[in-house]
Amino acid sequence: MSVAPVDPREDLVNHLPAMRAFAISLTRNHAAADDLVQDTIVKAWRNIERFTPGTDLKAWLFTILRNTFYSDIRKRKHEVADPDGLFAASLSEKPAHDAKLAFNDFLVAFDKLSPEQREVLILVGANGYSYEEAAGMMGVAIGTAKSRANRARNRLCDLLGMSSTRDDLVRSDSATLAVVIRSAYSAA
Amino acid sequence: MKGSDEKSPIAQQIDDNLRKVYTSALEENVPDRFLRLLAELRERENNA
Repeated sequence: MSVAPVDPREDLVNHLPAMRAFAISLTRNHAAADDLVQDTIVKAWRNIERFTPGTDLKAWLFTILRNTFYSDIRKRKHEVADPDGLFAASLSEKPAHDAKLAFNDFLVAFDKLSPEQREVLILVGANGYSYEEAAGMMGVAIGTAKSRANRARNRLCDLLGMSSTRDDLVRSDSATLAVVIRSAYSAA
Repeated sequence: MKGSDEKSPIAQQIDDNLRKVYTSALEENVPDRFLRLLAELRERENNA
């Protein structure tokens, strides 16, 4: 049985949940996320000839979505909508066991990351994209994507009060540096 | 420092939670407005 070549636009519907999940991860606000998905669908539809058949449609849609998100922020020059804490709200009803509590803490910390930090973690950590693929979508060098992810992970660890060995090293180094700078000032 | 690719337990825990954040959003029902939008776009094209 051979499969007839399909108009990739017919495939958009299958990526709606992923687009929406990615948009929610970026905006942390359902209303803003849905507007973003709406704009992404229209742009994808109108520019479908720019999509290379046989390549990753989801990655292509994610690229449009995140570009739209950041250009909206630049254009409007106002802050990203406040996180609406929907995940946390739905889970806070029953503080049943530790795993759930830990996840709730995680959500609070996740909301405090910058959109760029959430973006790289969701692409690599949750979607399983390689740093190379994520960097391609984000329009940055691989090294930038990696260091952004490292900083994001360290920030999460800090916020959650967990310590990673490397993080401890960095922190003690900067603490030492702060002392050195301060004593240099007082000596002057 | 040697760059190791193996994940620390903390990194593993973070990734588990990230997947949970993403999956919980993924499992929400997609609002009808998007299906209507796709139908509208298709319609407009057919009429063009």
